[in-house]
Amino acid sequence: MRKILVTLLFLLFGTSAFADCNIKSGSINILANDFPALRTFVETSKQCKGSADFKVTHSSEHNKIAVPALTANPSEFSARIAANSSIVPLMNQDLIRPLDDLVKKYGKGIQDSQLITIDGKVMAVAFMANTQHLYYREDVLKDMGIAVPKTYEEVVAASEKIRASGKMQYPYAAAYKAGWNLAEEFVNMFIGHGGEFFKSGSAEPNINNAKGVATLNMLKKLSELSNPDYLTHDSEAIKVEWESGNVALMTLWASRSGTLLDDEGDPNITKATKLTGPATVGGGNIPAATLWWDGFTLAKNRTDADAEATFRALAHAASNKKMVADAADQAVWLVEGFVPGPKSIGVIEAVKMGAKPYPMLPQMGLMHGALGSEIVEFLQGKESAEQALKDVEAAYISKAKEQGFL
Amino acid sequence: MPNKTFFWFFLPTGLAMILFIGLPIISTGIQSFYAQHDQVVKEVKKCDPFGCTVSIVVDNEETSKIREAKPLGKFNGFGTYTDRNHLAVEEIKKFWDETESFGAFVDQVTNLPFYKALIFTLTYCLFVTPNVLLLGFIIALSLNAVARKIRGPLIFGTILPMIVTPLVGSLVLFWMIDSQGIIGANIQNLMNDPYLSLKSSKTLTWITIIIYGIWHHSPFAFVVFYAALQTVPQEPIEAAIIDGASRFQRIKHIVLPHIYPVVTFVALISLMDNFRVFEPIIGFSAEGSAQSLSWLIYDNLVNEEVILFGSAAATSMMTIIGIAILLAPVLIRTWKEFKTAR
Repeated sequence: MRKILVTLLFLLFGTSAFADCNIKSGSINILANDFPALRTFVETSKQCKGSADFKVTHSSEHNKIAVPALTANPSEFSARIAANSSIVPLMNQDLIRPLDDLVKKYGKGIQDSQLITIDGKVMAVAFMANTQHLYYREDVLKDMGIAVPKTYEEVVAASEKIRASGKMQYPYAAAYKAGWNLAEEFVNMFIGHGGEFFKSGSAEPNINNAKGVATLNMLKKLSELSNPDYLTHDSEAIKVEWESGNVALMTLWASRSGTLLDDEGDPNITKATKLTGPATVGGGNIPAATLWWDGFTLAKNRTDADAEATFRALAHAASNKKMVADAADQAVWLVEGFVPGPKSIGVIEAVKMGAKPYPMLPQMGLMHGALGSEIVEFLQGKESAEQALKDVEAAYISKAKEQGFL
Repeated sequence: MPNKTFFWFFLPTGLAMILFIGLPIISTGIQSFYAQHDQVVKEVKKCDPFGCTVSIVVDNEETSKIREAKPLGKFNGFGTYTDRNHLAVEEIKKFWDETESFGAFVDQVTNLPFYKALIFTLTYCLFVTPNVLLLGFIIALSLNAVARKIRGPLIFGTILPMIVTPLVGSLVLFWMIDSQGIIGANIQNLMNDPYLSLKSSKTLTWITIIIYGIWHHSPFAFVVFYAALQTVPQEPIEAAIIDGASRFQRIKHIVLPHIYPVVTFVALISLMDNFRVFEPIIGFSAEGSAQSLSWLIYDNLVNEEVILFGSAAATSMMTIIGIAILLAPVLIRTWKEFKTAR
């Protein structure tokens, strides 16, 4: 943890790196998610492409494309910008290559803390950190005399108070869209309650217990304070809700703060939008949030020349002090020279509070998938928390058996 | 047409069908009997910017050895078909033994993903298909009665829902029924309930999707019926008018029998289409409340970070069987008619 604090807070102003890194051949093709920080990152690496062929695909559907595209030989993409969760299927299928040699040869500016090592081998190079944390409307809370919430219990109390005053009907928002988003909220809240998803040392599920029930009950309380369409709301939708002034408290990704605080939209709302760390829940002392890193991985099924060209271009961005200085607003960069600004508060607080990283386990994707569809009926009031958790475990077990984990 | 001519005429299509439809179905069928090999995992140290932990990863060396020996995976027989996420044979037996009333048993069974999806799919089929036939027929009759001058533009307007891409059509409606959209907000006002949401209630979501389905599919029925209406002979109708038959009687006794084969055809196609309902669920973001069989396949293939080929293949095979069962009565009758005609 100290390592990351040092990374985050390390103040070092350097000269901007050379733009052209003298890449002579090879072809570069990158698959990445679509949000501003990643666009900046890829653009920066493009400056260094030299005479290599350079292509990029930014897509919010990147998770669906990645495994099939990298399984092909030669694979469609030479690099994939992944995160803690999305690197796992690539590892499971053995689709990415170790980067040790390339790091040694071309990774001069990359800090040790940026290296993701698995079993002693560097499998990815991280360049930014992310988490979900609280956003609040300073003006609304001040008017009502509410202190900035530190726990989800306080979030509920504050939201109820705001609703009772008639100021806002649905004062709370979080991305509860059935599927991946909803499951992610469960993961956060469950970790906040101190839960472990699997019995230690095995792939047996371990969520049907008091912690799971408490997690579901908290999600339900929050959903009742949200827009009734919450099951269809993803991060983008709640961002729109926020910008329309319908919401006073919100849990959202740190990487979205840039678009919330930009010049678009009502200036009064933008001015009153404040960021704070993630909330804790149920008297726990670690936040109900998970830490994420975004980093690049290189496809195994590509020639070494392509891998080398791709690594050099991406390493140029992953060690670029000018980029992190210019785009300090867009993300919490893990790159040397980053000076955290006001928009980084969420992630820094989360790290300080000892937030846990998203579990990087081979079977976690199956659990995440089962959660996303099986807890919906509980939130709709159609079944009990125990039944919902039983369903999640049963759905997970069937899938894990088919996949050979159990 | 002599059989020989027919054979040569059909051959190119037949080959293409075998190549692009038959073989993939066989391959899917084979896939559905296999599961992944047992995962070989090992404990390793993982370090990331947030610190180091000891945790497990898939042992790729061992796994690739097993995969090379048996590339299809572990033979699972009907294991995938009978597991909890599909037919759930064991679970149903257990529910039958444990539950006291039939209602509770049904509740438990419809809570299983496959049956949940099956029920939505069947409900969708049963409501959409007859309404599409009825609405299509009524529109065709009315358009057939209006003056020729305005018929062109009217026909164009009527088939618009079919021209609009399903996803776009459902998205437009999705935004309109948002609690702040034009329809959603008005319904809230009308019912005087600020918490009413078309999207959060399961029943209302189903109704919305079904209405959308009727809106989207009716033009197809209309176009076919309208074409068929042009072939209805005028003499018997004129004779019926002279005999004093009402409009309803004319339709019932002359028009309907005449276009009857076309009605069967439209019913068949609609049933097949509706059984594969998928786009509106995505368009309406209705995954939470409504899941169809096609959506289950999609979910297995893309929504998980781990792709479940076996599950998806098994659901695909059961969808095909489902369509076959639904169409069986019509197909059997067509076959009988074909035989008597010979």
